[in-house]
Amino acid sequence: MKITLKIWRQRDAGSKGAFKEYHLDDVSRDMSFLEMLDTLNIKLIKQGELPVEFDHDCREGICGQCGVMINGIAHGPLKNTTTCQLHMRSFKDGDTIYVEPFKAAAFPIVRDLKVNRSALDHIIAAGGYVSVDTGQAPEANSIPITFEQAESAFDAAACIGCGACVASCKNSSAALFTSAKISHLSQLPQGDKETSTRVVSMVNEMEEEGFGFCTNTEACQVECPEDISVLNIARMNYEYNKARLVKK
Amino acid sequence: MIFIKNSITRKNLMAITGLFLSFFLIIHLLGNLQLLLPAEEAQLQYNSYSHLLGGNILVKLVAYVLYLCIILHTLDAIYLSYKRKQANGISYAYDRRGRASSWYSRNMMALGIIIFVFLVIHFKDFWYHYKFGELPLDANGNKDLYTLVVLAFEQLWYVILYIIAILALGYHLLHGVFSAHRTIGLYHPMYNRIVRVLGVVFAATMTLGYIIIPLFLYFNLQS
Repeated sequence: MKITLKIWRQRDAGSKGAFKEYHLDDVSRDMSFLEMLDTLNIKLIKQGELPVEFDHDCREGICGQCGVMINGIAHGPLKNTTTCQLHMRSFKDGDTIYVEPFKAAAFPIVRDLKVNRSALDHIIAAGGYVSVDTGQAPEANSIPITFEQAESAFDAAACIGCGACVASCKNSSAALFTSAKISHLSQLPQGDKETSTRVVSMVNEMEEEGFGFCTNTEACQVECPEDISVLNIARMNYEYNKARLVKK
Repeated sequence: MIFIKNSITRKNLMAITGLFLSFFLIIHLLGNLQLLLPAEEAQLQYNSYSHLLGGNILVKLVAYVLYLCIILHTLDAIYLSYKRKQANGISYAYDRRGRASSWYSRNMMALGIIIFVFLVIHFKDFWYHYKFGELPLDANGNKDLYTLVVLAFEQLWYVILYIIAILALGYHLLHGVFSAHRTIGLYHPMYNRIVRVLGVVFAATMTLGYIIIPLFLYFNLQS
């Protein structure tokens, strides 16, 4: 396949970025999108140019490290996939592909396609955990929980924190990410104890990091690699309102 | 109000004022459907209905809540738009994110501006004239609001203006009603489905209802 790439090149957060055009002539249909970028980088290094910087790690769709805007869509044209799980067979021979980093005020650009998503870590650090003394694994049957409940909590826990929800949102809101963690923990007996303090603290952190608010356009779930439900956001709002209005 | 920085609280305010305004739309439509009666009957009934509303202390109280809701809903929208701009930072050079959501859900502010401009005209032409202007009296001695309304809808451009505004309102409601329920925390899947369907039915009913009145008056007067 012949592919024309228009890739966002930017030295650092302070400098101005722009699309730069590259041509690849021997792209295999079976390459993943990241392998295609690797091919480009090898070519650039051989030519003595700086390679395109992008984040990646596991390359099997579970770590949440990769993530760029491909043709104006987070993680590219396939719904509910990560960038590493997108393959070149999703494109046609001769296509021009625009590649841009996730953009939001809370995600400063490090270089090229790489953005700093530490803001998401700060939200988790603000309360996305259960305060227990660790030790040996407890007896599994001492805290009963139904299968359905565990599955529902797990659906929310599947969030890999890639930031596609923020990138896809017209308000740059991290509501889906934050609510997934709140929803995950509040549905489990161990986590539920701290729900009210957790939700207030995580929502406050989300605000302080400079993320926007949610207007329920539901674009986040459509582009989320894990198809995290937008109903988690409603649950977060419910828990937040309850914590502020009812609990001390 | 400017001291509330938290966006969930801000969105709650948006949702509650929005839902109140939506509720008002039902009452307003039911009242205005009297305009569809035969002309002479409509004139007397509509004018006496207007007089009844104007004189009731409870209705007055609700009217003040209504004005407050319009102001809060508008101010909150301006504040949230400002926050959105801040959170977005630099925009995308190549943006195709629109495929994941409906156009009206992304353009609530634009639709809101159309509705707001319409409201200013609507208030000036009817509310202001009725409250502070000089109106002739009908056979029962009530201010003749009916004739004022009917004459206004004789003009085609006025009818078109109304239809555009009502369509904007319809789309605003189509997203707004279900979104408001989400914002205040309705997370159960079953109730969400119900609210979604009822939201569509509500938006469609309001749009049709409010469009029929100016069209009926215009064509009735033409014939």
